[in-house]
Amino acid sequence: MAEIDQVTASILEKIDGEGFKQEGAYNLRYNGYSLCHGNTEHIKIKRKEDKQGIDVYISGDAKGEQVHIPVVVAASGMVDEVYNDFYIGDGAEVTIVAGCGIHNSGCNDSRHDGIHTFHVGKNANVRYEEKHYGEGEGTGARILNPVTKIIMEEHSVFTLDTAQIKGVDSTKRETEVIMGEDSKLFVVEKLMTHGQQSAVSNMDVSLNGAGSSAQIVSRSVAKGNSKQIFHPKAIGNAPCHAHIQCDSIIMDQARVCSIPEIDANHVDAAIIHEAAIGRINNEQLIKLNTFGLSEEAAEAVIIENFLN
Amino acid sequence: MLEVKNLVFHPVDNGVEKSIIEGISFTVKDGEMLVITGPNGGGKSTMAKLLMGIEPLDEGTIMLDGVDITDYSIAQRANAGIGFAFQQPPRFKGMTVSRFLSLAAGEELPERKCCDLLSGVGLCAREYLNREVDGTLSGGEMKRLEIASVLAKPHKICIFDEPEAGIDLWSFSMLVKQFEELHAGKKESLILISHQERIIQMADRIMVIKDGKISALGPKEEVFPDLVDKDTGCICGNQRHKA
Repeated sequence: MAEIDQVTASILEKIDGEGFKQEGAYNLRYNGYSLCHGNTEHIKIKRKEDKQGIDVYISGDAKGEQVHIPVVVAASGMVDEVYNDFYIGDGAEVTIVAGCGIHNSGCNDSRHDGIHTFHVGKNANVRYEEKHYGEGEGTGARILNPVTKIIMEEHSVFTLDTAQIKGVDSTKRETEVIMGEDSKLFVVEKLMTHGQQSAVSNMDVSLNGAGSSAQIVSRSVAKGNSKQIFHPKAIGNAPCHAHIQCDSIIMDQARVCSIPEIDANHVDAAIIHEAAIGRINNEQLIKLNTFGLSEEAAEAVIIENFLN
Repeated sequence: MLEVKNLVFHPVDNGVEKSIIEGISFTVKDGEMLVITGPNGGGKSTMAKLLMGIEPLDEGTIMLDGVDITDYSIAQRANAGIGFAFQQPPRFKGMTVSRFLSLAAGEELPERKCCDLLSGVGLCAREYLNREVDGTLSGGEMKRLEIASVLAKPHKICIFDEPEAGIDLWSFSMLVKQFEELHAGKKESLILISHQERIIQMADRIMVIKDGKISALGPKEEVFPDLVDKDTGCICGNQRHKA
């Protein structure tokens, strides 16, 4: 079993909500190399030969299994670009827990670009969790630029649950989803920025198959002088349903720009979007004050639950 | 005991000073139920908010068990033992019902206790524990949850602002039963703002507020007969609750 230092263990606690163990199917990428990895009967992880990254093969016999593939960047000034491809067999039921944590205690920028592609087989059901987190006392920036492509075959279900908890100075997220017949997509994107941080999230969801449906929910809190831009786009190319909901709390001198876009190319494409940006509701604060919570505690509770 | 002396509230709206509450004084004894009624816009809800510190007093003092709480913040009043149920409770995106009740109780509540609180206000507990306190709950459900939040921990005095508003007949009966049990226990003093005859009939004393002033205050037996058909805004004479 590989030895994991204290900084890495602490970051793993933040980015792997299920709890990282060197058991089952897993791959821990540390400062640009694979520190440890394991396979199971139904899940095989192979290192790429031509570039950085792994191929993850999940057989259709995998039912209720988990794959943990966290990334930790603890070296200041490191630029880590990694390509991970997932091949999910027909009928598989799997939870994939990814996530990236950067500890930068130096003065140079640390960056991780995770380029993930998911090939989701027929009737497969995938839950993908990805948490991003940054820490460290250095002046170097902590940068994460994830690219996610999801190709869904018929009757498949994909749940994309992403969260940027804190400490990431700059992020640009690009997500593309291609949906087949009767496939279902659920996206929950949670984001908190503070200080001078900036975050951009672009998402294109093409509902190409008849009966496909997508629900995209984005919740964010912007504090300090931080800036956020959301641009989720649902493109209905067949009889389908899609719902985009962007909800943001804005505080201090922050800026939030929310641009939900809907594009129907079929008469039976039913697509809805809604977006709201506002400060913390005063009535909510007062209600929590009547429970005996101070202003600061009430504010923290509202944010914590909003991003829950 | 709650002692309220000479409450005055004159907010300034668009540069014009308005007279909303004019020198209201009263007491609520330990274990007593005081029902406040009167016409809409008369100042009842504002008075309740002044007691909780939600609106700032211009004049007057508020004493709770001999302690001057006039300058206390809302949270300090809550921690001193005042509970408050809003007429129109706010919603919280992302907060589950069980989390909401735990926050109200000031401690992590076990599932059984949450279920008891919800059942007590007519909500089928298991269906609600993991639901969010957001727009997916109806107005009636929110009201019942609001009342459950006040009942989640013991207080010296609880203030309920029109608890019956938006609640169906069956739940109203359960609510009345809850108030009867609370009142019978005599552990908490109760202030209820209400227009409903069944609630007014439970009072030890009734206070009628009209135009920001007390127009009647006394034992139920004295004040209630004068309420019906008089210009108080109390509609119980016209719409007797059958629940």
